[in-house]
Amino acid sequence: MLLKKRERESAEINGSSMADIAFLLLIFFLVTTTINVDTGIGMVLPPPVTEDNPPPPIKERNLMKILVNNAGLVTMDDEPTPIEEVQTKLIEFIKNPEQSEELSASPQAAIVSLKTVRETPYRIYIDMLDEVIGAYAILRNEAALANYGREYGSLNEEQRKAVDDIYPKKISIAEPDPE
Amino acid sequence: MAHFKKKQAGTKQEVPTSAMPDVVFMLLFFFMVTTVLREVTLKVKIDLTKATNIEKIEEKRLVSYIYIGPERLPGNKLGNDKVQIDDSIQEDIGAIRQIMYDKLLEEQRMIVSLRVDESSEFGLLTDVQEELKQAQTFRINYSTKSEN
Repeated sequence: MLLKKRERESAEINGSSMADIAFLLLIFFLVTTTINVDTGIGMVLPPPVTEDNPPPPIKERNLMKILVNNAGLVTMDDEPTPIEEVQTKLIEFIKNPEQSEELSASPQAAIVSLKTVRETPYRIYIDMLDEVIGAYAILRNEAALANYGREYGSLNEEQRKAVDDIYPKKISIAEPDPE
Repeated sequence: MAHFKKKQAGTKQEVPTSAMPDVVFMLLFFFMVTTVLREVTLKVKIDLTKATNIEKIEEKRLVSYIYIGPERLPGNKLGNDKVQIDDSIQEDIGAIRQIMYDKLLEEQRMIVSLRVDESSEFGLLTDVQEELKQAQTFRINYSTKSEN
């Protein structure tokens, strides 16, 4: 009778290299992962202007017209303004502390109209929009500190809404004139 | 002379490594789930501009992108400004209306993220925005990098 000479092979799969494989995959995903957050300036476009839906009438004093040409030169209500002064002038216009007849009747009524020409580089347009939004951010922060004693960023939903009602962000992006 | 026995604790010196694969697998799954492989190939050059007063888009699944920038041509050259939606360049600006309207029907709360090259002219952007107004997609976001 023949003797069974062969040793029985082990039935288990060798798992010691599992960690190495997992590491390799881990490193691959570590390298390819980009945890990118999308940041940007949020806006809401107005509905299209049609004949049965004309834009609402606006009083001249409540409207701040900002014009930017393609070289980045700015006029505010037909007055040339250096870009550093845009924010201060905007804040004055919106708050109107001396109740001037020229400036906005109330912060709620204020509308900022931003107009550029077709040739304006996007960078200049965004810089300008950034200034306008910055002015509103400063005002809202002021209101938050005055009413709740806290920064705008740390307010809760309800308080934030109340502050937004004091300084509603009304920005109109005007279409450039056709050539 | 009395012989002192070394009174060392009987514990092992090695750190047990048997749980290592589990730990690694856990990390692996985390990264596998969070990884978003680039879904579109850009046919236009996009260098985003910078701004200070920006906000994050929290709900990324609501976002749909429009890219505007100079077209990449073979041989590392750049052409005219073009609009890219999904994987293709839209030559006809008027067609954007239908595309965006279809997307809006799928997701009512859609946000359109406009990724525009910093040197692109405003004219093309305003044409696109006009189309977006017609398509009733009013929520937009000008994609910018953070200043700092």
